[in-house]
Amino acid sequence: MICLGIEGTAHSIGVGVITDVQGKCRILSNRIKTYQPEKGGIHPREAANHHATYIADLIQESVQDADVDFTDIDLISFSQGPGLGPCLRTAATAARALALSLEKPLMGVNHCVAHLEIGRGTVEGCTDPVLLYVSGANTQVIGFAEGKYRVFGETLDVGIGNCLDKFGRALGLEFPCGPKIEGFAQKGTNYVPLPYSIKGMDIAFSGLLTAAETYMQKGKRLEDVCYSMQETAFAMLTEVTERAMAHTEKKEVLLGGGVASNKRLRDMVQTMAKDRGAKFFVPSRDVCIDNGAMIAWLGFLMYHSGLRMRIEDSIINQRFRTDMVEVTWRG
Amino acid sequence: MGRTVVQKRRVKKAYRIKEIDTQLIASRTREEAKLLAESRTYGVSVPLIYDVDLFQGIITMEYLAGDRVKDILNSLEEPQRKKLCQKIGEIIAHLHNHDIIHGDITTSNMILLHDHIYFIDFGLGCKNSEMEAKGVDLHVLMEAFESTHSKYSHCFEYVLKGYTKQLQGDASVVVKKIEDIVRRGRYR
Repeated sequence: MICLGIEGTAHSIGVGVITDVQGKCRILSNRIKTYQPEKGGIHPREAANHHATYIADLIQESVQDADVDFTDIDLISFSQGPGLGPCLRTAATAARALALSLEKPLMGVNHCVAHLEIGRGTVEGCTDPVLLYVSGANTQVIGFAEGKYRVFGETLDVGIGNCLDKFGRALGLEFPCGPKIEGFAQKGTNYVPLPYSIKGMDIAFSGLLTAAETYMQKGKRLEDVCYSMQETAFAMLTEVTERAMAHTEKKEVLLGGGVASNKRLRDMVQTMAKDRGAKFFVPSRDVCIDNGAMIAWLGFLMYHSGLRMRIEDSIINQRFRTDMVEVTWRG
Repeated sequence: MGRTVVQKRRVKKAYRIKEIDTQLIASRTREEAKLLAESRTYGVSVPLIYDVDLFQGIITMEYLAGDRVKDILNSLEEPQRKKLCQKIGEIIAHLHNHDIIHGDITTSNMILLHDHIYFIDFGLGCKNSEMEAKGVDLHVLMEAFESTHSKYSHCFEYVLKGYTKQLQGDASVVVKKIEDIVRRGRYR
């Protein structure tokens, strides 16, 4: 089956084409375009305009890249939520239009679940992981339990990416600030203490952010503050992931989301996994970040399990939580 | 002394830098020992502490040969489950009456033995009189019910019933806090 997926939950618009090969996902194409605000954070309306400008070309290019005809496509899927309303509506509208014009079925999917499924679909050996999903808006520890993907731990305030962006923006760094902070952190040598905030399996970053900003105002070295931020925040993330693995008795950990590109975070989670005899997986960067291929793959899994979606039920849901999805494709 | 004991050792985590790891191990061991001892003086069932080694992060305590509430809750009959959950709520209220915040209230951290519910694992705990802290404390348990006992997540209502009964002061303020915390989270 060939499926085209459209991702558009936040700053990226992506179109991917996949096919299934013996239960695994083969990505035929995966095009992404990212909206860059001139200054400040993401403006939902402007991001949506950006997506609307590029979506038609992206679909065309992605189908060409995949080396298929439009008539070969069996299913159109799209990110139904969670995310920014205007962005979600733009992607959903494009998906509906494409499905109707090609007379193909449509499937709306949960963006967070897609991040987990693309790991299982593309990474060899990854079958039942705990996912540490770290992006701008999202910071969740997700695992399969009692028939659903459950959120075992999550941020109680901002996502880790947002936390890094907020810190960086105040210093005039360009979006996304994570990679720049990572660069500074590598030159940091002195640890300055920051709040380490874990509540059960949940975490909070706002105290750490305020404390880091205060250090900067007091004239601490930027490299040291970046280093300390990463060490503290990532240790918190790794700890709650380990707690979720212990709690669910799972032996695999998967990284996903844009912040999964951070080498220090990868190292920490890998070390944790090794020490507890668990397997560590991280998909390639182009499927870790927001992308259309993961949306296509989850659309396929849902459709293949027998689910169908009528156009009138394809309304977007900005607050589409991970645990709202009935997982029909896993035993 | 002929008693069965357990040694709870906080192991060094190789993924954390020494500065963070050493500090966390010492502070969590200290807090846990302090809160266990204090809870006991208020009549909350907790394991008896025999020894604390802050330097190595080891607490030697009484072994409780009971069942984890996590493992038995789903298989109980509804009236028993209701009774147990109310009792859990009462114990949490008792802790909160003395400003003891457990920090990690899950059904894995409760042991049922001779009709008593023992609370363990106070390592993420602290002393705090704020309603916010009490709300967060209960929120952790609410999430545990949703993820681990999803068929019985209504039982959290029983916990709140017991909590409200036993809390000195207005429990509705804390319940309201839980709602605030949920709303503050993503996608609520």
